[in-house]
Amino acid sequence: MRYLPLTQTDRAAMLRTIGAASIDDLFADVPQIARRSEPLDLPPHQGEIEVERMLRAMASKNLAACDAPFFCGAGAYRHHIPATVDHLIQRSEFLTSYTPYQPEISQGTLQYLFEFQTQVAMLSGMDIANASMYDGATACAEAVLMANRATKRRKAILSGGLHPHYRAVTETTSHFAGGIVQAMAAAPDGVEDLVNMIDDDTACIVVQTPDFFGHLRDLRPLTEAAHARGALLVAVTTETLALGATLPPGEMGADIFVGEGQSLGVGLNFGGPYLGLFAARSALQRQMPGRLCGETVDAQGRRGYVLTLSAREQHIRREKATSNICTNSGLCCLAFTIHVALLGEAGFTQLALLNHQAAIVLAQALTGIPGVTCLNKSFFNEFTLRLPKPAAPVVEALAARGILGGVPVSRLIPDDPGLANLLLVAANETNTDQDRLAFASALREVLS
Amino acid sequence: MTKIFYTQDHEWIRLDGDVGTVGISNYAQEQLGDIVFVELPQLGTKIGQGDETAVVESVKAASEIYAPVSGEIVDANTALEGAPVTVNEAAETDGWFFKIRLANKSELDGLMDAAAYKTFVEGLA
Amino acid sequence: MMRAGRPTHPGEAGKDTLTTFSGHRGLDHEEPLLFEQNADGRCGVDLPTPATMANRLGALARTGAIGLPGLSEPQVVRHFVRLSRKNYAIDSGLYPLGSCTMKHNPRLNEKLARLPGFADLHPLQPISTVQGALELINTLAHWLRVLTGMPAVAMSPKAGAHGELCGLMAIRAALDARGEKRNRVLAPESAHGTNPATAAMCGFSVDPIPADKRGRVDLAALKAKLGPDVAAIMVTNPNTCGLFENDIVEMAKAVHDAGGYFYCDGANFNALVGRVRPGDLGIDAMHINLHKTFSTPHGGGGPGAGPVVFSQALAPYAPLPFVVDHGAGFDLIDLGADAGGATPFGRMTAFHGQMGMFVRALSYMLSHGGDGLRQVAEDAVLNANYVLASLSGDMSAPFPGPCMHECLFDDSFLKDTGVTTLDFAKAMIDEGYHPMTIYFPLVVHGAMLIEPTETESKEALDQLISVLRNLAQAAKAGDLARFTQAPHFAPRNRLDETRAARTPVLRWRPQE
Repeated sequence: MRYLPLTQTDRAAMLRTIGAASIDDLFADVPQIARRSEPLDLPPHQGEIEVERMLRAMASKNLAACDAPFFCGAGAYRHHIPATVDHLIQRSEFLTSYTPYQPEISQGTLQYLFEFQTQVAMLSGMDIANASMYDGATACAEAVLMANRATKRRKAILSGGLHPHYRAVTETTSHFAGGIVQAMAAAPDGVEDLVNMIDDDTACIVVQTPDFFGHLRDLRPLTEAAHARGALLVAVTTETLALGATLPPGEMGADIFVGEGQSLGVGLNFGGPYLGLFAARSALQRQMPGRLCGETVDAQGRRGYVLTLSAREQHIRREKATSNICTNSGLCCLAFTIHVALLGEAGFTQLALLNHQAAIVLAQALTGIPGVTCLNKSFFNEFTLRLPKPAAPVVEALAARGILGGVPVSRLIPDDPGLANLLLVAANETNTDQDRLAFASALREVLS
Repeated sequence: MTKIFYTQDHEWIRLDGDVGTVGISNYAQEQLGDIVFVELPQLGTKIGQGDETAVVESVKAASEIYAPVSGEIVDANTALEGAPVTVNEAAETDGWFFKIRLANKSELDGLMDAAAYKTFVEGLA
Repeated sequence: MMRAGRPTHPGEAGKDTLTTFSGHRGLDHEEPLLFEQNADGRCGVDLPTPATMANRLGALARTGAIGLPGLSEPQVVRHFVRLSRKNYAIDSGLYPLGSCTMKHNPRLNEKLARLPGFADLHPLQPISTVQGALELINTLAHWLRVLTGMPAVAMSPKAGAHGELCGLMAIRAALDARGEKRNRVLAPESAHGTNPATAAMCGFSVDPIPADKRGRVDLAALKAKLGPDVAAIMVTNPNTCGLFENDIVEMAKAVHDAGGYFYCDGANFNALVGRVRPGDLGIDAMHINLHKTFSTPHGGGGPGAGPVVFSQALAPYAPLPFVVDHGAGFDLIDLGADAGGATPFGRMTAFHGQMGMFVRALSYMLSHGGDGLRQVAEDAVLNANYVLASLSGDMSAPFPGPCMHECLFDDSFLKDTGVTTLDFAKAMIDEGYHPMTIYFPLVVHGAMLIEPTETESKEALDQLISVLRNLAQAAKAGDLARFTQAPHFAPRNRLDETRAARTPVLRWRPQE
């Protein structure tokens, strides 16, 4: 078997050194009841040709975004990833290295983590960022736990514009941690009264912008109201590229920022692996979960990087740790760092503007269809359409015509008939005029 | 003359009237290594004997500091926030953590004096 | 006679450390931060010029600069290539980290994960357009159930620690459903820090169980700690000392009789895969690290994936979402209402889980087959025992063998040498090796935990053994500078971690 270097001769020689008669002697501690003599009901080993054939067959049963006019968002966004990114992350020393616990031989990883932390802090306008979480939803849940710790209060208020999966993950995590979560009803118009929900038991309010329905939210009045009662403002984004065109949460007074970084460098991947961004004001740094990379010097006075403030983490603090998290999103972090490095200031802002403009043109085209209206005054690259009939069957009909025409709100919020006709539509810089035309004419057809 | 007592968790308490100053012993700071951060209690907090009152962090470890006696926190050494190294350099003097007004002086009876603590530490080696 | 010549032996070369003008040392380049290489307006991507049109951003358009540096593509490539060359990696050498399972990462897995039919799929596309993806997840789930002998599996947790959290949440949900308030979780003293951290996130308190002289959980002590308030035990098997918990079946029975559940930390599954099924040992929930046992790459710290297998007792509580096979096609169950009688405790992540890692893990499993996977466990255990037997003379093993897939040493062999476990590890760097896991588990002094994995040849093991033997002997012979000043040859010497923690600098800032 190509991955197993030991030969039968090797095995025999090694058993002799060990002083065991057979490999079974080394499994002597396994209780009788668990010893298996018959093989498991699994197929035997196969070469690359067969494995590739099997997996290609599975892959071919899927409609890939590159093979259709593509307009899906709802928390995961498609952007062009420069060829350089994937090439660099596949370098052996990045792909097959471990967490940088021995910093002398991990400066490559540590330096890009330091660069990543800086990029995230810059984009979000916050003081400091960590070396990533699993995804935006778990980052959101951890932000609430952090707010609980920092304020010593149990209650979190979730905006009705928060992505439903983020809400569900936060509710699950808080439930088991003994917190209280008050989730507002879905707000398709982007209008809700959060300020009057805040009381002296509130640890934080959690607000997404651009929100789930695409509206841009001004966090400043919410931050003021929260701080007046001693609560924190947790800002959430599911589309990091929006930070290239909109006021960042740090400039709107947010205390904690969490986001999904998948838009830069990582790709759709059917939902994972993704990249959780987590940033905060520096006064809160010791309460942050996750890894932190810091600058220092070595014995010769040369600048270098190490993981730091580790006493917060599970391997030291154990049951009093800020979180149980071990892994970060390593290689996804690197992909993000490289993509953002290639874009730079000029490219990031330009790419954001191109996406915003693609959405404006798309919205114009689609609202020209009879019966179709747009709920958004403001948006970045995603908006909500109200259709004259339920959106889920419309999306199925579009897919049958080879078009991935958005995500029906009912896919994520199924039990509200008032939302059944709503369709989330996202634009991106790879959409062509042809794509938009195909989408608009197919939608017109399906709705007539 | 101010009397000093020690606990089995390597805290010391130095009495001045009914207020005790609390810190960690020199042995403890040696074991912990370079101290990087100290988390101090809030003034006015009421503490029971043996309650976790402060936390001292080194790079590779974090240790809870337990109150040697019960009482109310009346002062905390905020100078440690900017200079945690003081705990390493002067653990039993300038590196004090907090001051507590004793609720029950008889609790001191269960603690070790300097000689007994010295013997205790030698026994740990 | 030929008089003009030149020396052909090295002479004095290499004895001095030359200070170069550039600061570089041959192929080891000093590389500044991206932010120190900025030119305003420069960009490594060519984008079309935006049109002139009014925006729809309301009053929330960005007004200030982000502060990102501008570099061209060649500069970015050179930057990251130079950084990569400062990293040790499995591809460059044996990585003996105990409990991390640093096995070879097959490149076939990378190729297949990048097929557009997997990589370019949106998680919320219509189900009819992603049947192949659901089939893959379903197939992987099947392999995990067969390998573990457990009837159910939750695929969505994103990492091992996340899987632990999933397992404990399911246990909490099951207890809540029984209307029982049990708040205590038992875990061995040798447990990895995630175990108590995870328990605390579910509102449990952790009660440690001591180890016996043989390095295993003290069964009598465990039984004495059981009571009507015990929710579960969390056990790693093989344990963190690399030893199989012989009494595990009795442990499971005792916990079940007391009304509790058995959580198994599956980090060390590489010792058992294909040979021992956790389901036969009485386990109720176990997470599997796909990035350990099933070769998905460690990527410098992630991403991982931590699916959790469940017993019949806990299966009803497995979180959303999950894939069901209708025979005529696959469906994705996202909502409790559609869970068909099951009562999922909630949701662990947005979307469905680490699809990219699922493709890689399935490719690995299909390549090995049932026979290959069994061979993986056998070779992993053989390799660790070979290292243990070969080094027991020069180093000190606290527990007699045989071990499982990893072997444990302590620092008794370094007594009175002036060399610590840390120094010993740093000296390994000069010898061309990443150090083993050090100072874990906490139950022995100065622990050194070595896990070679099955993808190391006997030649590679012999080289490692020879180096460790030489280092042990050098320490005992008083060759102090080799150790206390190590590493001599890495891109950086020992770094000041105290300074990094006392005055944290966690990002670059422009000079004012």
